[in-house]
Amino acid sequence: MSSLFEAKGICKYFGGLKAVEQVDMTIEEGDVFGIIGPNGAGKTTFFNACSGIDKPTKGNVFLQGEDITNLTPEQVAKKGMARTFQNIKLFRYMSVLENVKIGFHNQLRTNIFDSILHTKTYREDEAYANRKGLEVIEMVGLGRFTETLAGNLPYGIQRKVEIARALALNPKILLLDEPAAGMNPSETHSLMMFIKDLNKAGYTIAVIEHDMKFVMNACNKVLVLNFGQKICQGTPDEVRCNQEVVEAYFGKGVATGGATNGHA
Amino acid sequence: MKIDPSMLKPSAIANSNTIKSTKSFILKYQVYFLIGSLLILSILPLFTNRSYILGVFCRIFLYSILAGALNTINGYSGQFCLGIAGFFCVGAYSEAILSTAAKMNFWIILPIAGIITALVGLLVALPTLKMQGIYLAIVTLGFSEIARLLALNWTSLTGGPMGIKGIPVPEIFGFALKTSRHFYYLYLVLAVIFLFVTSRVIRSRIGRAWMSIREDQLASKSLGVFTSRYKAINFMYGAFWAGIAGAMYAPYVRFIDSTYFTLDEGWNILSMVIIGGQGTLIGPIVGSVIVNYLTELLRPIGQWRMVAYALLIIVMMWWRPQGLAGASNSIVAVKGETRMRHRKVSRKEAQA
Repeated sequence: MSSLFEAKGICKYFGGLKAVEQVDMTIEEGDVFGIIGPNGAGKTTFFNACSGIDKPTKGNVFLQGEDITNLTPEQVAKKGMARTFQNIKLFRYMSVLENVKIGFHNQLRTNIFDSILHTKTYREDEAYANRKGLEVIEMVGLGRFTETLAGNLPYGIQRKVEIARALALNPKILLLDEPAAGMNPSETHSLMMFIKDLNKAGYTIAVIEHDMKFVMNACNKVLVLNFGQKICQGTPDEVRCNQEVVEAYFGKGVATGGATNGHA
Repeated sequence: MKIDPSMLKPSAIANSNTIKSTKSFILKYQVYFLIGSLLILSILPLFTNRSYILGVFCRIFLYSILAGALNTINGYSGQFCLGIAGFFCVGAYSEAILSTAAKMNFWIILPIAGIITALVGLLVALPTLKMQGIYLAIVTLGFSEIARLLALNWTSLTGGPMGIKGIPVPEIFGFALKTSRHFYYLYLVLAVIFLFVTSRVIRSRIGRAWMSIREDQLASKSLGVFTSRYKAINFMYGAFWAGIAGAMYAPYVRFIDSTYFTLDEGWNILSMVIIGGQGTLIGPIVGSVIVNYLTELLRPIGQWRMVAYALLIIVMMWWRPQGLAGASNSIVAVKGETRMRHRKVSRKEAQA
C-alpha cells in the first residue's frame, strides 16, 4: 500500500495475437505518467485493460492497493478512475453542461420518485450538479459553450469537453488516451500547459501520446511499449537516450549498422 | 485552481448564442402552446356531443400515452423496442381480468395493471440488457407476439378467442364514466399526467443517464453510469405507461380479445413516434394526432391506408428523419443534420 495505481504483469491476448504481454506500471500520486510507443504497440489496449473495458487475460490492476481487475467500467469509474477516449466519445446531442452533469452521476442521489415530485433531494442534486458543472466548465475555459450541443463544437474543444466530463468524476487518477491527436501545435501546447496545471492542482494523470515534445515536457515518468512489450521505463531523459527506444522509433541504422558489421 | 482561460482559447467560434436564443424562444413558445391547447381541449366537449368526434380525440389521447411510452424507450435511451403492443396487451388484460373475475375497483386496478406491466417489462429487459439495435428489436417483436398468442390461447384466464366481455366502467364517487365525453376527460387528464411526469423524469439524473446511453454507451459506463440498471428502469418505465394505457382502454371498449393487440398495433404506434419525432416530449403527441387523423381521413380507402402510412414513413425518413417535432437531439436525426450542414456549406461555396 503505497502507490496510487499499480498494474502487475498485464497480458491481453486476442486469440493468438499477444496485444499486450507482461506489462507492469506503477503510478505514484502526483505523477504525470506518459505512455508512448509506435502505432499498434498496444497502448490503448493496455489502457482498456486497466480501466475495466477489456478484462486483461492475465495480471492484476490495483487502485490504492485495491484489486480492480475484474470490475466493470462503471465500478472502476466509481472507485475514482476517469478516462477519455482516443476517438472522442461525447454525448453529441446533449449540451456541454449536460455532458459534464453525467460525470456527477454517482455523486447524486435522486431516484425516479424524487424527480417526479421535485423533492429536496432532487433540488439539492440539480443545484449541486449545475454549480459544480459550471465550475468545471469554467475551469477548462469553455464558459461560453455551456449550452452548445457538444457535437457542434470544433474538434479541439470537444477534447476539452471530454476532459471536463472526466474531471467531474473528481477522479483519483485520470487516464487520457491521445488527448492531442489531431490538434495543431498551438492547441497541443495549450493542452500541455493545461495538463501541467491540472497536475499542479493535485490530479494524477496518465497520458498516452504520440507527440514527443508533449511527452518530454509534460511528463515526469515515461513508459515505452513496443509490440505489446515494455521496453523501457524512466524519466523523459533516460528514455530519450535508451537504445531500444530509438530503435523502436527510427529502426536500426541500416547504413551504419551494415558498415559496422562489415568491419567486424 | 487558477487557470488562465486565454491559454485555452478556442480555435473556432461556435454559434452558441444563436443556439441559446432559438432554444429559449422554442421553450417559451412551447409553454404558451401547451396552455392554449389544454384550454381548448378542456372546453371542446362542451361544443360537440358527437361521440364520433370525441371518440377520435379519445384515441388521440390514448395513443399519445402509448407513443410517449415507446418514445421513452426508443427515443430517450435509444433501445429499439417493437414490443409496445405486447405491453399494451398485458395492461388491458390485467384490467379486464381483475375487474371481471376479482371485481376490483378501477382506480385500484389502474396502478396495479401498470405495475404488472412494468414487471413484465423487467422480465423482457433482463435477458436483453446486452442486446442492441436489430437484435433487441427482434426479441421485443417476439415478446409482442408471445403476449398476443398467450391471450389467444390461455382460455381459462383470458377467455381465449372469445375474449373478455362486460368489463365494468370506472366510477368516480358513484358516478359512472359511460359516454365518450367522460372518457375524453379521463384520457385527457391521464395524458397530461403522463406528459408532466415524463418531462420531470427526463430532466433529472435518470433522464440524463438514459440519454447518455443513447448517445454512447461505453462513454456512459466510463463515467460511472450503471447502464444495465438504467436500461432496465427505462424498459419498466415505458412498460408501466403502456400498461396504464391498456388498463384505460379495456373499460372504454368494454370487450377485449387478442385481435386488438396485433403487431399492426405496434407498427402503428412506432410510426407515430417516428413521424412525430423521437427523443422529444411533444413528438409522440404530434405523431398521434397525425396518424389518427389520417386513419379517419383515409377510411374510405380501407386497407390501402396502410400503404399510405408506409409512404408517409418513407417520405419522413427521407425528408425529415428527426420527425416533425424537429428533435435535433434524436439519433435518427444524425444523418439528416449532417446532410443539411453539407448542403449549407455547399450553398455558401456556390455563392462565394
